[in-house]
Amino acid sequence: MANKDSITNTVKIAFLVCLACSIVVSVSAVSLRPLQKQNEVVEVKKNILAAAGLLESGDTSAKAIVEQFQQIDTMLVNLNTGKFSNEIEDLELYDQFKAAKDPSQSVALTKDQDIASIGRMENLSKVYAVMDGDDIKTLILPVRGYALWSTLYGFIALESDLNTVVGLGFYAHAETPGLGGEIDNPKWKAQWIGKKVFDDAGEIQAGVKKGTVNPAIAYEVDHLVDGLAGATLTSNGVTNLVNYWLGDLAFGPFLKNLKAGEA
Amino acid sequence: MSETKKVLVQPIFSNNPVALQILGVCSALAVTTSMQVTLVMCIALTSVTAFSNLSISMIRNQIPSSIRIIVQMTIIASLVIVVDQLLKAFAFDISKQLSVFVGLIITNCIVMGRAEAYAMANPPGMSFIDGIGNGLGYSVVLIFVAFFRELFGAGKLFGITIMPLVNDGGWYIPNGLLLLPPSAFFLIGMFIWILRTWKTDQVESSEYKIMPHVNKESA
Repeated sequence: MANKDSITNTVKIAFLVCLACSIVVSVSAVSLRPLQKQNEVVEVKKNILAAAGLLESGDTSAKAIVEQFQQIDTMLVNLNTGKFSNEIEDLELYDQFKAAKDPSQSVALTKDQDIASIGRMENLSKVYAVMDGDDIKTLILPVRGYALWSTLYGFIALESDLNTVVGLGFYAHAETPGLGGEIDNPKWKAQWIGKKVFDDAGEIQAGVKKGTVNPAIAYEVDHLVDGLAGATLTSNGVTNLVNYWLGDLAFGPFLKNLKAGEA
Repeated sequence: MSETKKVLVQPIFSNNPVALQILGVCSALAVTTSMQVTLVMCIALTSVTAFSNLSISMIRNQIPSSIRIIVQMTIIASLVIVVDQLLKAFAFDISKQLSVFVGLIITNCIVMGRAEAYAMANPPGMSFIDGIGNGLGYSVVLIFVAFFRELFGAGKLFGITIMPLVNDGGWYIPNGLLLLPPSAFFLIGMFIWILRTWKTDQVESSEYKIMPHVNKESA
Protein backbone atom coordinates (compact mmCIF):
# COMPACT_ATOMS: atom_id res chain seq x y z
CA MET A 1 0.00 0.00 0.00
CA ALA A 2 2.06 2.84 -1.25
CA ASN A 3 -0.59 5.49 -0.95
CA LYS A 4 -3.57 4.50 1.14
CA ASP A 5 -5.00 8.02 1.10
CA SER A 6 -5.26 8.25 -2.70
CA ILE A 7 -8.73 8.73 -4.18
CA THR A 8 -8.57 5.37 -5.97
CA ASN A 9 -7.78 3.58 -2.75
CA THR A 10 -10.46 5.48 -0.82
CA VAL A 11 -13.13 4.47 -3.33
CA LYS A 12 -11.82 0.91 -3.42
CA ILE A 13 -11.85 0.48 0.36
CA ALA A 14 -15.26 2.10 0.68
CA PHE A 15 -16.63 -0.28 -1.94
CA LEU A 16 -15.03 -3.39 -0.44
CA VAL A 17 -16.15 -2.58 3.11
CA CYS A 18 -19.72 -2.01 1.94
CA LEU A 19 -19.68 -5.21 -0.07
CA ALA A 20 -18.32 -7.32 2.79
CA CYS A 21 -20.72 -5.81 5.31
CA SER A 22 -23.75 -6.23 3.08
CA ILE A 23 -22.88 -9.89 2.53
CA VAL A 24 -22.58 -10.48 6.29
CA VAL A 25 -25.86 -8.70 7.02
CA SER A 26 -27.85 -10.39 4.26
CA VAL A 27 -26.51 -13.87 5.04
CA SER A 28 -27.51 -13.53 8.69
CA ALA A 29 -30.91 -12.02 7.85
CA VAL A 30 -31.78 -14.69 5.29
CA SER A 31 -30.48 -17.67 7.24
CA LEU A 32 -32.22 -16.68 10.49
CA ARG A 33 -35.51 -15.72 8.82
CA PRO A 34 -37.26 -19.11 9.31
CA LEU A 35 -36.49 -19.15 13.05
CA GLN A 36 -37.68 -15.57 13.49
CA LYS A 37 -40.84 -16.30 11.53
CA GLN A 38 -41.53 -19.22 13.84
CA ASN A 39 -41.08 -16.99 16.89
CA GLU A 40 -43.55 -14.50 15.45
CA VAL A 41 -46.13 -17.23 14.83
CA VAL A 42 -45.79 -18.39 18.44
CA GLU A 43 -46.06 -14.78 19.61
CA VAL A 44 -49.36 -14.36 17.73
CA LYS A 45 -50.68 -17.60 19.22
CA LYS A 46 -49.65 -16.44 22.68
CA ASN A 47 -51.61 -13.22 22.19
CA ILE A 48 -54.70 -15.05 20.97
CA LEU A 49 -54.56 -17.17 24.12
CA ALA A 50 -54.00 -14.09 26.27
CA ALA A 51 -56.96 -12.23 24.73
CA ALA A 52 -59.17 -15.25 25.38
CA GLY A 53 -57.93 -15.34 28.98
CA LEU A 54 -56.53 -18.84 28.48
CA LEU A 55 -52.82 -18.18 28.72
CA GLU A 56 -51.38 -20.14 31.60
CA SER A 57 -48.65 -18.34 33.45
CA GLY A 58 -45.54 -20.30 34.23
CA ASP A 59 -44.35 -22.29 31.26
CA THR A 60 -44.21 -19.86 28.34
CA SER A 61 -41.93 -21.90 26.10
CA ALA A 62 -42.85 -22.16 22.44
CA LYS A 63 -43.82 -25.79 22.90
CA ALA A 64 -46.21 -25.05 25.76
CA ILE A 65 -47.88 -22.28 23.76
CA VAL A 66 -48.39 -24.50 20.74
CA GLU A 67 -49.85 -27.16 23.03
CA GLN A 68 -52.25 -24.73 24.70
CA PHE A 69 -53.26 -23.40 21.31
CA GLN A 70 -54.75 -26.75 20.40
CA GLN A 71 -57.92 -25.82 22.30
CA ILE A 72 -58.48 -23.01 19.81
CA ASP A 73 -60.07 -23.50 16.39
CA THR A 74 -59.03 -21.33 13.48
CA MET A 75 -61.68 -20.46 10.91
CA LEU A 76 -62.02 -18.23 7.89
CA VAL A 77 -64.68 -15.55 7.45
CA ASN A 78 -65.65 -13.72 4.28
CA LEU A 79 -65.98 -10.13 5.47
CA ASN A 80 -68.13 -9.13 2.46
CA THR A 81 -70.82 -11.74 3.03
CA GLY A 82 -70.35 -12.08 6.78
CA LYS A 83 -70.29 -15.86 6.55
CA PHE A 84 -67.74 -18.61 7.15
CA SER A 85 -65.70 -19.42 4.11
CA ASN A 86 -63.69 -22.43 3.01
CA GLU A 87 -61.94 -20.83 0.07
CA ILE A 88 -58.51 -21.47 1.50
CA GLU A 89 -57.31 -24.92 2.44
CA ASP A 90 -54.29 -24.28 4.58
CA LEU A 91 -55.00 -21.46 7.01
CA GLU A 92 -51.47 -21.62 8.43
CA LEU A 93 -50.13 -20.32 5.14
CA TYR A 94 -52.74 -17.59 4.64
CA ASP A 95 -51.43 -14.15 5.55
CA GLN A 96 -54.35 -11.75 5.68
CA PHE A 97 -52.11 -8.70 6.03
CA LYS A 98 -50.45 -9.60 2.75
CA ALA A 99 -53.88 -10.16 1.23
CA ALA A 100 -54.94 -6.69 2.35
CA LYS A 101 -52.26 -5.23 0.07
CA ASP A 102 -53.32 -7.29 -2.94
CA PRO A 103 -56.08 -5.54 -4.95
CA SER A 104 -57.54 -8.89 -6.05
CA GLN A 105 -57.99 -10.03 -2.45
CA SER A 106 -59.04 -6.79 -0.79
CA VAL A 107 -61.16 -3.67 -1.12
CA ALA A 108 -60.00 -0.08 -0.89
CA LEU A 109 -61.74 1.97 1.77
CA THR A 110 -62.96 5.50 1.21
CA LYS A 111 -61.91 8.21 3.62
CA ASP A 112 -65.29 8.15 5.39
CA GLN A 113 -65.25 4.39 5.82
CA ASP A 114 -61.64 4.14 6.91
CA ILE A 115 -61.91 5.29 10.52
CA ALA A 116 -59.12 2.94 11.61
CA SER A 117 -56.77 4.26 8.84
CA ILE A 118 -55.88 0.88 7.41
CA GLY A 119 -56.25 1.82 3.72
CA ARG A 120 -57.45 -1.53 2.39
CA MET A 121 -59.38 -4.38 3.99
CA GLU A 122 -58.88 -8.01 3.03
CA ASN A 123 -61.90 -10.01 1.81
CA LEU A 124 -61.08 -13.02 3.97
CA SER A 125 -60.10 -12.83 7.60
CA LYS A 126 -59.13 -15.51 10.05
CA VAL A 127 -61.10 -15.75 13.26
CA TYR A 128 -60.36 -17.93 16.27
CA ALA A 129 -62.77 -19.61 18.62
CA VAL A 130 -62.87 -21.74 21.71
CA MET A 131 -65.64 -24.26 21.07
CA ASP A 132 -67.96 -25.83 23.58
CA GLY A 133 -69.44 -28.71 21.62
CA ASP A 134 -70.96 -27.02 18.57
CA ASP A 135 -71.32 -23.64 20.23
CA ILE A 136 -68.77 -20.90 20.34
CA LYS A 137 -67.64 -20.22 23.88
CA THR A 138 -65.17 -17.45 23.12
CA LEU A 139 -64.72 -15.72 19.77
CA ILE A 140 -61.39 -14.04 19.08
CA LEU A 141 -61.19 -11.51 16.26
CA PRO A 142 -58.05 -9.94 14.78
CA VAL A 143 -58.16 -6.15 14.83
CA ARG A 144 -55.79 -3.44 13.69
CA GLY A 145 -55.72 0.29 13.25
CA TYR A 146 -53.45 3.28 13.12
CA ALA A 147 -52.79 5.14 16.36
CA LEU A 148 -50.16 7.86 16.74
CA TRP A 149 -46.94 6.41 15.29
CA SER A 150 -47.85 2.96 14.16
CA THR A 151 -50.49 0.44 13.27
CA LEU A 152 -51.65 -1.49 16.33
CA TYR A 153 -52.11 -5.20 15.68
CA GLY A 154 -54.10 -7.13 18.21
CA PHE A 155 -57.02 -9.33 19.13
CA ILE A 156 -60.35 -8.75 20.81
CA ALA A 157 -62.10 -11.69 22.41
CA LEU A 158 -65.88 -11.82 22.97
CA GLU A 159 -68.03 -14.08 25.09
CA SER A 160 -70.68 -16.36 23.58
CA ASP A 161 -73.20 -13.48 23.69
CA LEU A 162 -70.92 -11.79 21.12
CA ASN A 163 -71.12 -8.61 23.13
CA THR A 164 -69.16 -8.96 26.39
CA VAL A 165 -65.41 -8.44 26.05
CA VAL A 166 -63.19 -11.23 27.39
CA GLY A 167 -59.97 -9.46 26.58
CA LEU A 168 -58.18 -7.04 24.29
CA GLY A 169 -54.47 -7.02 23.60
CA PHE A 170 -51.93 -5.85 21.04
CA TYR A 171 -48.93 -7.84 19.91
CA ALA A 172 -47.28 -5.34 17.62
CA HIS A 173 -47.09 -1.56 17.79
CA ALA A 174 -44.53 1.22 18.02
CA GLU A 175 -46.24 3.71 20.31
CA THR A 176 -44.22 5.86 22.73
CA PRO A 177 -43.00 3.73 25.67
CA GLY A 178 -44.55 4.97 28.91
CA LEU A 179 -47.35 6.90 27.18
CA GLY A 180 -49.10 5.22 24.25
CA GLY A 181 -47.06 2.10 24.98
CA GLU A 182 -49.17 1.69 28.12
CA ILE A 183 -51.73 -0.12 25.96
CA ASP A 184 -49.61 -3.12 26.96
CA ASN A 185 -50.10 -2.40 30.67
CA PRO A 186 -51.89 -5.40 32.20
CA LYS A 187 -53.88 -3.13 34.52
CA TRP A 188 -55.24 -1.10 31.62
CA LYS A 189 -55.99 -4.21 29.58
CA ALA A 190 -57.82 -5.75 32.54
CA GLN A 191 -60.34 -2.88 32.42
CA TRP A 192 -61.67 -4.21 29.15
CA ILE A 193 -62.84 -7.46 30.70
CA GLY A 194 -66.63 -7.45 31.03
CA LYS A 195 -67.25 -4.32 28.97
CA LYS A 196 -70.18 -4.49 26.53
CA VAL A 197 -69.42 -3.63 22.92
CA PHE A 198 -73.00 -2.92 21.80
CA ASP A 199 -75.84 -1.11 23.53
CA ASP A 200 -79.42 -2.42 23.49
CA ALA A 201 -80.05 -0.83 20.10
CA GLY A 202 -77.08 -2.69 18.60
CA GLU A 203 -74.90 0.41 18.22
CA ILE A 204 -71.20 0.15 19.08
CA GLN A 205 -70.45 2.04 22.27
CA ALA A 206 -67.22 0.47 23.51
CA GLY A 207 -64.21 2.73 23.55
CA VAL A 208 -61.59 4.60 25.50
CA LYS A 209 -62.76 7.65 27.42
CA LYS A 210 -60.68 10.80 27.67
CA GLY A 211 -60.12 10.88 31.42
CA THR A 212 -61.35 8.31 33.90
CA VAL A 213 -64.62 6.44 33.85
CA ASN A 214 -67.24 7.91 36.21
CA PRO A 215 -68.54 5.03 38.34
CA ALA A 216 -71.85 6.87 38.84
CA ILE A 217 -72.74 6.79 35.15
CA ALA A 218 -73.96 3.35 34.12
CA TYR A 219 -73.25 3.99 30.42
CA GLU A 220 -69.57 4.65 31.09
CA VAL A 221 -69.20 1.70 33.46
CA ASP A 222 -70.80 -0.61 30.89
CA HIS A 223 -68.91 0.45 27.79
CA LEU A 224 -65.83 2.59 28.42
CA VAL A 225 -62.34 2.19 29.86
CA ASP A 226 -60.04 4.89 31.30
CA GLY A 227 -58.04 6.95 28.84
CA LEU A 228 -54.26 6.68 28.83
CA ALA A 229 -52.72 9.79 30.36
CA GLY A 230 -50.69 11.70 27.80
CA ALA A 231 -51.76 9.42 24.97
CA THR A 232 -54.98 10.81 23.55
CA LEU A 233 -54.17 9.84 19.98
CA THR A 234 -53.30 6.26 20.92
CA SER A 235 -56.51 6.06 22.98
CA ASN A 236 -58.50 7.38 20.02
CA GLY A 237 -56.78 4.85 17.79
CA VAL A 238 -57.99 2.02 20.02
CA THR A 239 -61.57 3.39 20.01
CA ASN A 240 -61.46 3.75 16.23
CA LEU A 241 -60.25 0.25 15.59
CA VAL A 242 -62.86 -1.28 17.88
CA ASN A 243 -65.53 0.76 16.10
CA TYR A 244 -64.24 -0.21 12.70
CA TRP A 245 -63.63 -3.92 13.15
CA LEU A 246 -66.83 -4.68 15.04
CA GLY A 247 -68.81 -2.32 12.79
CA ASP A 248 -70.82 -2.88 9.62
CA LEU A 249 -67.85 -2.73 7.26
CA ALA A 250 -65.87 -5.50 8.94
CA PHE A 251 -67.07 -8.14 11.41
CA GLY A 252 -70.50 -6.53 12.08
CA PRO A 253 -72.46 -8.59 9.52
CA PHE A 254 -70.64 -11.76 10.58
CA LEU A 255 -71.55 -11.20 14.23
CA LYS A 256 -75.22 -10.63 13.26
CA ASN A 257 -75.26 -13.79 11.17
CA LEU A 258 -73.59 -15.75 13.93
CA LYS A 259 -76.18 -14.57 16.44
CA ALA A 260 -78.99 -15.55 14.07
CA GLY A 261 -77.31 -18.90 13.48
CA GLU A 262 -76.82 -18.17 9.77
CA ALA A 263 -73.09 -17.83 9.52
CA MET B 1 1.44 -8.34 34.49
CA SER B 2 1.73 -9.50 30.89
CA GLU B 3 0.55 -7.11 28.21
CA THR B 4 -2.40 -9.32 27.23
CA LYS B 5 -3.66 -9.64 30.77
CA LYS B 6 -3.28 -5.92 31.27
CA VAL B 7 -5.35 -5.14 28.17
CA LEU B 8 -8.04 -7.55 29.34
CA VAL B 9 -8.22 -6.67 33.03
CA GLN B 10 -7.41 -2.96 33.15
CA PRO B 11 -10.73 -1.74 31.70
CA ILE B 12 -12.65 -3.57 34.44
CA PHE B 13 -11.63 -1.40 37.38
CA SER B 14 -8.53 0.65 36.61
CA ASN B 15 -9.75 2.19 33.37
CA ASN B 16 -13.45 1.46 33.36
CA PRO B 17 -15.20 2.86 30.26
CA VAL B 18 -18.36 3.80 32.17
CA ALA B 19 -16.95 4.80 35.57
CA LEU B 20 -13.76 6.58 34.51
CA GLN B 21 -14.42 7.66 30.93
CA ILE B 22 -18.19 8.12 31.51
CA LEU B 23 -19.06 6.53 28.16
CA GLY B 24 -22.11 4.42 27.32
CA VAL B 25 -24.20 5.71 30.21
CA CYS B 26 -27.44 6.00 28.20
CA SER B 27 -27.95 2.27 27.78
CA ALA B 28 -26.86 1.73 31.40
CA LEU B 29 -29.96 3.69 32.41
CA ALA B 30 -32.33 2.00 30.03
CA VAL B 31 -31.74 -1.73 30.24
CA THR B 32 -30.85 -2.29 33.89
CA THR B 33 -34.27 -2.99 35.44
CA SER B 34 -33.74 -6.74 35.38
CA MET B 35 -30.65 -8.93 35.58
CA GLN B 36 -31.64 -11.20 32.72
CA VAL B 37 -32.10 -8.41 30.19
CA THR B 38 -28.95 -6.70 31.43
CA LEU B 39 -26.89 -9.83 31.00
CA VAL B 40 -28.04 -10.26 27.39
CA MET B 41 -27.26 -6.61 26.69
CA CYS B 42 -23.77 -7.04 28.19
CA ILE B 43 -23.07 -10.09 26.04
CA ALA B 44 -24.35 -8.25 22.97
CA LEU B 45 -22.20 -5.20 23.61
CA THR B 46 -19.10 -7.21 24.51
CA SER B 47 -19.29 -9.27 21.35
CA VAL B 48 -19.92 -6.23 19.16
CA THR B 49 -16.96 -4.37 20.69
CA ALA B 50 -14.68 -7.40 20.39
CA PHE B 51 -15.54 -8.21 16.79
CA SER B 52 -15.60 -4.60 15.61
CA ASN B 53 -12.14 -4.12 17.15
CA LEU B 54 -10.96 -7.31 15.49
CA SER B 55 -12.20 -6.49 12.00
CA ILE B 56 -11.21 -2.82 12.10
CA SER B 57 -7.74 -3.76 13.33
CA MET B 58 -7.33 -6.27 10.49
CA ILE B 59 -7.85 -3.61 7.85
CA ARG B 60 -6.38 -0.70 9.84
CA ASN B 61 -3.45 -0.26 7.45
CA GLN B 62 -5.71 -0.01 4.41
CA ILE B 63 -8.31 2.41 5.81
CA PRO B 64 -7.84 5.87 4.28
CA SER B 65 -7.90 8.43 7.06
CA SER B 66 -10.46 10.62 5.27
CA ILE B 67 -13.20 7.98 5.55
CA ARG B 68 -12.03 6.07 8.61
CA ILE B 69 -14.97 7.03 10.86
CA ILE B 70 -17.59 6.02 8.33
CA VAL B 71 -15.75 2.74 7.66
CA GLN B 72 -15.79 2.02 11.41
CA MET B 73 -19.48 2.91 11.61
CA THR B 74 -20.34 0.62 8.69
CA ILE B 75 -18.58 -2.32 10.32
CA ILE B 76 -20.11 -1.63 13.75
CA ALA B 77 -23.61 -1.17 12.29
CA SER B 78 -23.36 -4.46 10.38
CA LEU B 79 -22.29 -6.32 13.51
CA VAL B 80 -25.14 -4.81 15.51
CA ILE B 81 -27.66 -5.91 12.87
CA VAL B 82 -26.24 -9.44 13.02
CA VAL B 83 -26.54 -9.46 16.84
CA ASP B 84 -30.09 -8.11 16.61
CA GLN B 85 -31.04 -10.83 14.12
CA LEU B 86 -29.51 -13.52 16.34
CA LEU B 87 -31.46 -12.28 19.36
CA LYS B 88 -34.71 -12.21 17.39
CA ALA B 89 -34.12 -15.80 16.36
CA PHE B 90 -32.87 -17.30 19.63
CA ALA B 91 -34.04 -15.03 22.45
CA PHE B 92 -37.27 -13.52 21.14
CA ASP B 93 -38.76 -12.44 24.47
CA ILE B 94 -35.60 -10.71 25.60
CA SER B 95 -35.13 -9.05 22.23
CA LYS B 96 -38.63 -7.61 22.59
CA GLN B 97 -37.71 -6.13 25.97
CA LEU B 98 -34.42 -4.74 24.69
CA SER B 99 -36.28 -3.35 21.65
CA VAL B 100 -34.41 -0.34 20.29
CA PHE B 101 -31.50 -0.60 22.67
CA VAL B 102 -29.79 -3.36 20.69
CA GLY B 103 -29.90 -1.10 17.64
CA LEU B 104 -28.56 1.73 19.75
CA ILE B 105 -25.34 -0.21 20.42
CA ILE B 106 -24.30 1.42 17.14
CA THR B 107 -24.20 4.79 18.87
CA ASN B 108 -22.65 3.46 22.09
CA CYS B 109 -19.54 5.55 22.58
CA ILE B 110 -17.57 2.60 23.97
CA VAL B 111 -17.64 0.72 20.67
CA MET B 112 -16.64 3.74 18.59
CA GLY B 113 -14.16 4.85 21.23
CA ARG B 114 -12.26 1.56 21.31
CA ALA B 115 -12.24 1.27 17.51
CA GLU B 116 -10.76 4.76 17.12
CA ALA B 117 -8.46 4.74 20.15
CA TYR B 118 -7.16 1.16 20.18
CA ALA B 119 -8.01 -0.93 17.13
CA MET B 120 -6.71 1.66 14.62
CA ALA B 121 -3.23 1.38 16.13
CA ASN B 122 -2.89 -2.19 17.42
CA PRO B 123 -2.76 -5.73 15.95
CA PRO B 124 -5.99 -7.77 15.62
CA GLY B 125 -5.39 -10.23 18.49
CA MET B 126 -4.77 -7.53 21.06
CA SER B 127 -7.62 -5.42 19.72
CA PHE B 128 -10.02 -8.34 20.15
CA ILE B 129 -8.92 -8.77 23.78
CA ASP B 130 -9.21 -5.02 24.33
CA GLY B 131 -12.79 -5.22 23.05
CA ILE B 132 -13.61 -8.03 25.45
CA GLY B 133 -11.95 -6.18 28.34
CA ASN B 134 -13.94 -3.02 27.73
CA GLY B 135 -17.12 -5.02 27.26
CA LEU B 136 -16.45 -6.60 30.66
CA GLY B 137 -15.84 -3.19 32.20
CA TYR B 138 -19.21 -2.04 30.89
CA SER B 139 -20.81 -5.28 32.09
CA VAL B 140 -19.48 -4.90 35.65
CA VAL B 141 -21.17 -1.51 36.00
CA LEU B 142 -24.43 -2.66 34.40
CA ILE B 143 -24.65 -5.79 36.53
CA PHE B 144 -23.92 -3.76 39.67
CA VAL B 145 -26.72 -1.34 38.78
CA ALA B 146 -29.16 -4.07 37.71
CA PHE B 147 -28.53 -6.08 40.88
CA PHE B 148 -29.69 -3.24 43.13
CA ARG B 149 -32.49 -2.11 40.81
CA GLU B 150 -34.07 -5.54 40.45
CA LEU B 151 -33.52 -6.61 44.07
CA PHE B 152 -34.88 -3.46 45.72
CA GLY B 153 -37.21 -2.36 42.93
CA ALA B 154 -38.94 -5.66 42.26
CA GLY B 155 -37.76 -7.94 45.09
CA LYS B 156 -36.34 -10.37 42.55
CA LEU B 157 -33.09 -11.54 40.99
CA PHE B 158 -33.15 -13.11 37.52
CA GLY B 159 -36.94 -13.12 37.86
CA ILE B 160 -36.81 -15.33 40.97
CA THR B 161 -38.51 -13.83 44.01
CA ILE B 162 -36.04 -13.08 46.81
CA MET B 163 -38.19 -10.73 48.86
CA PRO B 164 -41.93 -11.32 48.42
CA LEU B 165 -43.77 -8.09 47.60
CA VAL B 166 -46.67 -6.70 49.61
CA ASN B 167 -48.78 -6.80 46.43
CA ASP B 168 -48.31 -10.57 46.25
CA GLY B 169 -48.98 -11.10 49.95
CA GLY B 170 -45.37 -10.77 51.12
CA TRP B 171 -43.71 -8.22 53.40
CA TYR B 172 -41.47 -6.15 51.13
CA ILE B 173 -42.65 -2.72 49.96
CA PRO B 174 -40.70 -2.14 46.73
CA ASN B 175 -38.91 1.11 46.04
CA GLY B 176 -40.61 2.30 42.86
CA LEU B 177 -37.88 4.84 42.08
CA LEU B 178 -35.46 2.02 41.37
CA LEU B 179 -37.56 0.88 38.43
CA LEU B 180 -37.31 4.32 36.83
CA PRO B 181 -34.24 5.37 34.81
CA PRO B 182 -33.06 8.18 37.15
CA SER B 183 -32.21 5.63 39.86
CA ALA B 184 -29.43 4.31 37.63
CA PHE B 185 -27.78 7.72 37.85
CA PHE B 186 -27.60 7.44 41.63
CA LEU B 187 -26.26 3.89 41.45
CA ILE B 188 -23.64 4.72 38.83
CA GLY B 189 -22.66 7.72 40.93
CA MET B 190 -22.22 5.48 43.96
CA PHE B 191 -20.23 2.97 41.90
CA ILE B 192 -17.87 5.75 40.82
CA TRP B 193 -17.61 7.02 44.40
CA ILE B 194 -16.71 3.57 45.76
CA LEU B 195 -14.26 2.96 42.91
CA ARG B 196 -12.49 6.30 43.41
CA THR B 197 -12.29 5.79 47.16
CA TRP B 198 -10.52 2.50 46.46
CA LYS B 199 -8.36 3.71 43.55
CA THR B 200 -7.56 7.27 44.53
CA ASP B 201 -5.52 7.95 41.37
CA GLN B 202 -8.81 8.16 39.46
CA VAL B 203 -9.89 11.25 41.36
CA GLU B 204 -9.70 14.21 39.00
CA SER B 205 -8.24 17.47 40.16
CA SER B 206 -10.82 20.23 40.38
CA GLU B 207 -11.02 22.58 37.42
CA TYR B 208 -11.63 25.51 39.72
CA LYS B 209 -11.56 26.14 43.42
CA ILE B 210 -14.33 27.72 45.41
CA MET B 211 -12.84 30.70 47.22
CA PRO B 212 -13.66 31.23 50.88
CA HIS B 213 -16.21 33.94 51.51
CA VAL B 214 -14.49 37.21 52.36
CA ASN B 215 -16.27 40.18 53.82
CA LYS B 216 -15.80 43.18 51.54
CA GLU B 217 -15.18 45.68 54.33
CA SER B 218 -12.53 43.72 56.16
CA ALA B 219 -10.70 42.91 52.87
